Amino acid sequence: MTTSEITDLITVVIDGFEVSVPKGTLVIRAAEQLGIQIPRFCDHPLLDPVGACRQCLVDIEINGRAFPKPQASCTIPVEPGMIVKTQLTSVVADKAQKGVMELLLINHPLDCPVCDKGGECPLQNQAMSTGRSETRFEGVKRTFEKPVNISSQVLLDRERCVLCARCTRFSDQIASDPFITLNERGALQQVGIYEKAPFKSYFSGNAVQICPVGALTGASYRFRARPFDLVSTPSACEHCASGCDMRTDVRRGKTLRRLAGDDASVNEEWNCDKGRWAFKYVTAVDRLTHPLIRDASGELVQASWPEALAAAAKGLQENTSAVLVGGRATHEDAYGYSKFARIALGTNDIDFRSRISSNEEREFLAAHVVGSSTTYRDIDRADHVLLVGFEPEEESPIVFLRLNKQFRKRALKVSAIASKLSIGVEKLKGDFIKVAPGQEASAIAKQALTSLSVILVGERASESAGALSAVAALADSTGAKIAWIPRRAGERGALEAGAIGNLLPGGRPVQDPAARVDIAALWGVSSLPSDNGRSSDEIYAGISTGAIGALLVGGVDPLDGVNSADALAALDKAFVVSLEIAPSEVTLRADVVLPVAAITEKSGSFLNWEGRARSFDAAVSDSLNRSDLRILSMIADAMGASLNLSTVTSAAKEISTLGKWDGARVSMQAVPASQSSNLNSDQFILNSWRRLLDLGTLQKGEENLAGTARQTVAVISPSRAQALGITDGNLLKISTTQGSVTLPALVEDIHDDAIWAPRNSLGSQLLVNLGAGHGAVVTVVKL
Amino acid sequence: MTKLAPVLSAHWDEKDSFTIEAYTRHGGYKASQKALAMDPDAVIQLVKNSGLRGRGGAGFPTGMKWGFIPQGDNKDHYLVVNADESEPGTCKDTPLLMANPHVLIEGCIIACHAIRAKHAFIYIRGEVTHVVRRVNQAIEDAYRAGHLGNGIDLVLHVGAGAYICGEETALLDSLEGFRGQPRLRPPFPAIAGLYARPTVVNNVESISAVPAIVANGAEWYQSMGTEKSKGTTLYSLSGHVNNPGQFEAPLGITLREILELSGGIRNGHTLKFWTPGGSSTPIFTQEHLDTPLDYEGVAAAGSMLGTKALQIFDETTCVVRAVLRWTEFYKHESCGKCTPCREGTWWLVQILRDLEAGKGTEADLAKLLDLCDNIMGRSFCALGDGATSPITSSIKYFRDEYIAHITHGGCPFDPVASTLFVGAGA
Amino acid sequence: MAYSQEDLATMDSIIKRYPRSRSAIMPLLHFVQSRVGFVNGEGIELIAKLLSLESAEVSAVATFYTQYKRRSVGEYHVGVCTNTLCAVMGGDAIFAGLKAHLGVENDGVTEDGKVSLEHIECNAACDYAPVVMANWEFYDNQTVESAKDLVDSMRSGNPKPPTRGPNSLVTWKEASAVLAGINDGKAHEGVQAGEPTLLGLKISKEGK
Repeated sequence: MTTSEITDLITVVIDGFEVSVPKGTLVIRAAEQLGIQIPRFCDHPLLDPVGACRQCLVDIEINGRAFPKPQASCTIPVEPGMIVKTQLTSVVADKAQKGVMELLLINHPLDCPVCDKGGECPLQNQAMSTGRSETRFEGVKRTFEKPVNISSQVLLDRERCVLCARCTRFSDQIASDPFITLNERGALQQVGIYEKAPFKSYFSGNAVQICPVGALTGASYRFRARPFDLVSTPSACEHCASGCDMRTDVRRGKTLRRLAGDDASVNEEWNCDKGRWAFKYVTAVDRLTHPLIRDASGELVQASWPEALAAAAKGLQENTSAVLVGGRATHEDAYGYSKFARIALGTNDIDFRSRISSNEEREFLAAHVVGSSTTYRDIDRADHVLLVGFEPEEESPIVFLRLNKQFRKRALKVSAIASKLSIGVEKLKGDFIKVAPGQEASAIAKQALTSLSVILVGERASESAGALSAVAALADSTGAKIAWIPRRAGERGALEAGAIGNLLPGGRPVQDPAARVDIAALWGVSSLPSDNGRSSDEIYAGISTGAIGALLVGGVDPLDGVNSADALAALDKAFVVSLEIAPSEVTLRADVVLPVAAITEKSGSFLNWEGRARSFDAAVSDSLNRSDLRILSMIADAMGASLNLSTVTSAAKEISTLGKWDGARVSMQAVPASQSSNLNSDQFILNSWRRLLDLGTLQKGEENLAGTARQTVAVISPSRAQALGITDGNLLKISTTQGSVTLPALVEDIHDDAIWAPRNSLGSQLLVNLGAGHGAVVTVVKL
Repeated sequence: MTKLAPVLSAHWDEKDSFTIEAYTRHGGYKASQKALAMDPDAVIQLVKNSGLRGRGGAGFPTGMKWGFIPQGDNKDHYLVVNADESEPGTCKDTPLLMANPHVLIEGCIIACHAIRAKHAFIYIRGEVTHVVRRVNQAIEDAYRAGHLGNGIDLVLHVGAGAYICGEETALLDSLEGFRGQPRLRPPFPAIAGLYARPTVVNNVESISAVPAIVANGAEWYQSMGTEKSKGTTLYSLSGHVNNPGQFEAPLGITLREILELSGGIRNGHTLKFWTPGGSSTPIFTQEHLDTPLDYEGVAAAGSMLGTKALQIFDETTCVVRAVLRWTEFYKHESCGKCTPCREGTWWLVQILRDLEAGKGTEADLAKLLDLCDNIMGRSFCALGDGATSPITSSIKYFRDEYIAHITHGGCPFDPVASTLFVGAGA
Repeated sequence: MAYSQEDLATMDSIIKRYPRSRSAIMPLLHFVQSRVGFVNGEGIELIAKLLSLESAEVSAVATFYTQYKRRSVGEYHVGVCTNTLCAVMGGDAIFAGLKAHLGVENDGVTEDGKVSLEHIECNAACDYAPVVMANWEFYDNQTVESAKDLVDSMRSGNPKPPTRGPNSLVTWKEASAVLAGINDGKAHEGVQAGEPTLLGLKISKEGK
């Protein structure tokens, strides 16, 4: 807490004990400070007080003036001179609470033995502490048809509901997705959806998690387990760079559910549905279980670990080698790849950006991102947040929740430089700065920001030439803070680990001799390669020209770029060592395949977009699978070049020893924006991003989750639609020279030159289908 | 003997009383002209001096309520008139608006000027089509005459069947387009009311009283009523009386006086119980005939003046049936927001149905009272409290009658005997 | 049904009455009832679109208020007050009588679609008890027989006029338009007040 944030403390007496709490603290939370638990249902620290359930009634007097009746402690802030008597010291409060509990239970079914919440149920627990041992209710209980599927992944048992409205308030106040509401009135009041509009919120799982009874359940966990049979492990989310604190619940080696953890500075108590409900990929895919070696006949055959390690070492040693590591590696694994490239392979040819990228981006990352420390707190304090190549709700959902919180709390100004107005930006009532795809740079240059402003740049900014240069210039001229928010959980860690051709670990420029000396000393080697290495595209090109002969690949999908044919051809040509959890396009082309541990089977950490470490332990303790780091060490050993990184802990220790680079940063050469294109009447410029819920590999096997994905559409502007005679729902064929997709049209607010389609959704896998991402000219025909 | 004092109702007997012509004929819209020429604070002071108190039930001083609106805050202010008359027994605002909607409109103009509001709303219950017509037409005519539209706009908002919207914060939520459920207070409407802006919410009768106060002065108004309850008000007499109707009298008149003036309990019958201010006010009996019907008098006798809805029940009426029916009303109208009211009224009805049907026990009576204790003062708003009033007060005065249902194994009363058309062949 | 350009213009004018558009939900729901007879999904979705809300938010409001109907009611919707005072004074008998006479239960509609029946709560006319409402117009001081005559007149297509209301009874849809704030030009029709309303004034004028 900085001095400016020290708030006035107010001292109150609760049950005879004094406690001093910041002004504005609610009585119920002041009591918590003393360890006094007042029962509650509707109260939730992150939702606006509502005072609906009346369970937390206490007696209050202020300066000798007593309230005539008990007050809801979840709605009343402390005041000087306040004396509170809870159920512990007030007969009136105790009776009031018992009376409310009795009323809550008269219509609650006695189905705890079959209810998923049983064993971890606030109603069950508080009925034990505050309820009567026997009911006085002899009447007829209210019943409803049950359960009701309010989405493909959330079920509602209305008769269990205590109408605390946490779920509806969450959906409205936190997610801005008021798809569930209270309906009807009085004793018939009930939570529900509009019949034709399911609860398709990206954040719906939070409503399930904060339900204080078993009224809302997730389809994938329903009737699967009893809470007391689960082993819980704190974990971090691997799905994106938001950095959610999580909890993973495992029974007999199998993950049964994941819950949002509580980290006030990052995800508060929330997460997104992908993070919560996409974990079966670990078990849903056919896991690689044994090392494989491609034999003389070209078939992959099982091999022993020593055989496979020897084969890998030999192939890498005999060729000029490079390293491609995917964006989902942990910080420690990425560090292993980085060190492996330099020590074992003697190269800076390494890149974690297994996606569309540019050299402008690489310079930008080295000049402005590595080692930087823009945080969620900066969003909280910002006067203006500018979004560039970044759609927060789809690409980093907790960043969206934070923006939304500040928008709702203090009308935070958000501007988005984009071609299409997104649902998320609409919810934030953001200023939509409409540009043609590819023309972002000139719009960026026109923004008026201050030193309190924050520019949130997505990885897609690299897809528009000059955009990142313009961001850098804008930040330089205004003092605004930059935050780079990649989609994948591992990218920031990989950047800090130096898994990129222009940086060594800790943000040390490859071309800086002093930086090289730092690292060489730490690693105990005499020298390190001194030229900037190749980027992923250049590595593939190098294979094609014969400059590179072998490739170490970890967790890369070669179809994630626009030139996937080139990538596949390169993998076909090179000697490939693949570290993977499951067979992939790389496996098909690999010479040595080494199975690695999935995220739940290993410990480690991710650096989220802030650069904040999100460490986790293995949730499944008895896995025999080894981390990438361990296997890299083994290959290095086989090559006679020791990494000295036998465990994750040793890697973490080495990383922390490194410290940050305090020397000169890489300077960035500004890149000019590309020229705008002249379009024929049937031509559009493609704009796309990946949706949160799509065909991503980590969402495999999650049909309930997939059922809440947004509809696949192609978006065009009203004027273009009119000119082409297109209305909502018309099928549009979008083509490039490489292929086409056919999608239903949606006429919405988008730049006239642009057409938007999801990048990797059912029926719309643009990189594969069109070989195009952002900024390509496509032809559109109404079918 | 207190005399009736028609002020609001003075010209209701003229066939065209609801028209702007009739209203103007009797000096209408002169008070607003006078008020608009005054300093707003002077208008507030005048209303304060008059002693006018809210006629919607709570009796809060109207001028003081206006004075709570922050001034010079550069925010929009709103006036909202509560015309959601729905309390069982209450039937004063509806005939007032049917007979003279312009007095309310003029009151709105004066109040808006006083609290520096440019926008006023009348939230009227939806189940009175013809009253909606009359008020809507009156607003149109007032615009045409230039009384509205020159700095003050007035919108009629029609409800859709929800007693709870008579609660001022539920009314505001309803007017904002939400479910009509009460809001947390604080913030009070004077600070954050409609659209989170400073707002005065007043009852129809309170605002309608203002033009006469402005026209005739605070002293004139002060001269009527009792020490702390000034002015005249509408008493609504209904039930087992020879002549039901509206009686405008100075505050403090007694039921005995009203009955004497109007012709008494229906012939051949005696008063059994009555409500002083609607079903949410604890019932009275014969012993309260001389209770002064002002805020203090009724409170001192253990009830509330409420809306001065005098529902009279004679000895043919089964108190258990009457109370059950009111309880069913509260259950039907509970908004559902808070546990005690939502679940409590649901349970109360089940116990009372059993008791009325003779299926209850004395233990049920104790349970009923304990349940009321767990609802009263524990609910979010006053609806839950109101639901317990008829039960606790009726058990207080007529416990034997509840017991009689238990021992008799059912209701000992003949429901036909209490109908109005008993003996008429129905 | 499709809403005409005129309907949409009316809805737009309803929205413009308010400083904030969401306030128009209730009159718009009344308006939907004036066109469809009840609140259907199409109406909810249209209102949601006009006000930039989710349909769930509109249906949450629609289901809170009892005047918004989920299915068709009769051309004449009859409400019998059975709150305590009216019930005791004859409302219960009238309601029972009408159920038997019409052959419908609470919330039922006669087969010819002319009359629907509902028991209602206090309608602010206690000095005219027992009270029956039709399309929310007052029929004061009813008896079982007068109520039966009333519904018979509705079924024969010539409903009796309200006691305190316009010269003739409008239909459910027409009344709903009035509740949406649309002036049907009938405000001047009917009495200014019934006898009970004037009783105090009369007694006062008699010098008491």
